[in-house]
Amino acid sequence: MTSKHGSASPTGATMPRPLDRTELTRFTVVERWVHRTTSTLMMVAIVTAAFLYLPQLAELVGRRRLLVTVHEWSGILLPVPLAAGLFFRSLRADLRRLNRFGAEDHGWAWRAMRRGTGLAGAAGKFNAGQKWYAALIAGAVLVMMGTGLVMWFPNLTSLDWRTGSTFVHDWLALIIGVLVIGHIRMALKDPEARHGMRTGRVSRAWARREHELWARELDAQELDAQAQDQARTRDRGQGPDAGRDGGRTEEQGRGRGSADDS
Amino acid sequence: MLVKAAAEWCNRGMADRGGTAGKPVGRRVVLGVAALGAAGVAFGAKAQNVLDGVLATVSSKDPTGLTGLLPGGGGFRFYSVADSIPHRSDTAYRLTVDGLVERPATYTLAELKAMPQTSLVKDVQCVTGWRVPKTQFGGVLLSQLLAAAGVKPEGKALRFTCFDGVYSESLTLDEAMRPDMMVAHQMNGTPVSDAHGGPVRLYAAPMYFYKSAKWLSGITVTDRVMPGYWEQYGYDVEAWVGKSNGRNDAPTS
Repeated sequence: MTSKHGSASPTGATMPRPLDRTELTRFTVVERWVHRTTSTLMMVAIVTAAFLYLPQLAELVGRRRLLVTVHEWSGILLPVPLAAGLFFRSLRADLRRLNRFGAEDHGWAWRAMRRGTGLAGAAGKFNAGQKWYAALIAGAVLVMMGTGLVMWFPNLTSLDWRTGSTFVHDWLALIIGVLVIGHIRMALKDPEARHGMRTGRVSRAWARREHELWARELDAQELDAQAQDQARTRDRGQGPDAGRDGGRTEEQGRGRGSADDS
Repeated sequence: MLVKAAAEWCNRGMADRGGTAGKPVGRRVVLGVAALGAAGVAFGAKAQNVLDGVLATVSSKDPTGLTGLLPGGGGFRFYSVADSIPHRSDTAYRLTVDGLVERPATYTLAELKAMPQTSLVKDVQCVTGWRVPKTQFGGVLLSQLLAAAGVKPEGKALRFTCFDGVYSESLTLDEAMRPDMMVAHQMNGTPVSDAHGGPVRLYAAPMYFYKSAKWLSGITVTDRVMPGYWEQYGYDVEAWVGKSNGRNDAPTS
């Protein structure tokens, strides 16, 4: 956000903004906190599950009633951060992106598995693997909550339901374990992705490499913002009003940052 | 120039839609997983039965024992409400019998082994669903310990306490006199291990396994039933397998 822009000379106003500005905003504060709290709850649920389920670990700590209580509450609270995040536009915008599979996502996950993510083709802000993970884990959490509640309040349902719920809860837990380990492994392989989730910002070079279509999308937005600047400058006949121009620049900066001004 | 700007503005719109256009596959996957989960709940009881059979076959030939960790993989699950596995050596172990009895007593493990021994081979059924077939327990029948102690007329029930410091259980006197209620120091031909509640545990064969208190250290005869640990959290005091806790498992004894 160059506030000097408006006060500069007319030639300054038409000078192109540098496209290789080093950092792009990938996640807002809200999104990072939703991720942080959700992942904490998920890890608590997984660790307590392991200590309840695996005999070697159960023998280590015992304390079954405490573990059950912590497990139940961490599980039931899992969707709360995301639900709270729904009040924020940036998170809703990224949810829309995760939900929608475009032409670039077709077969992407398959190619990524066979040749690696680097050779699977250009991806948008989220690649198809990330979209699949988000959808699978969201569905799995819903099922785990439903089956978990059946076991939590056994008097509400019949024995067949409880047996069925235990069956689903146990096996789906293994699948979730595999998914989460995969998710963490992908993060461990990419320090800059972790940096992005920690600080909200990523380098333009990383975005071009890992999420090419998203980087191009942001480039297009910036070019377009410049074009608008130029057009307005010309319309007003070389005399940009410093105050108004500065205000507009600010607005465009924000829009570019959160990339959800659609 | 205006035309160009307008075109770019349109392109920007296109670019933005590029991020959110396409099919809502994510939503479909979420709903699909939820539907699969519901189907699993509906048919899980049957599927578990089939899987139990398969896993039993596989784990009998699995030298690593890893299949035993899979859901329904058979074998015992370790449940303890205490903070660690309590250990009592064979020589330090004591079992006290007191309360409404004529002759309170304290037994060493050697003294228990010197009494008439009984061996039972029956299924173990946990209230959470797992069942271990044909498990052997050896030890002294409760009825023999009670006969030796001489229960007073006002004695109506038994309270069991454990050296994990937390767990407790209960039986009525009539239940305790059955020939399948024992104080066990042997399991599957070997001494009861620490994890299984050794050196001495209760074995209440016809009841869900939470009645079979591990790490047994005290038997007190009381004038009424005092509910045990899990029974204070909603589990049935009368824990007959197949006739309590809303379950219909096949009886174990």
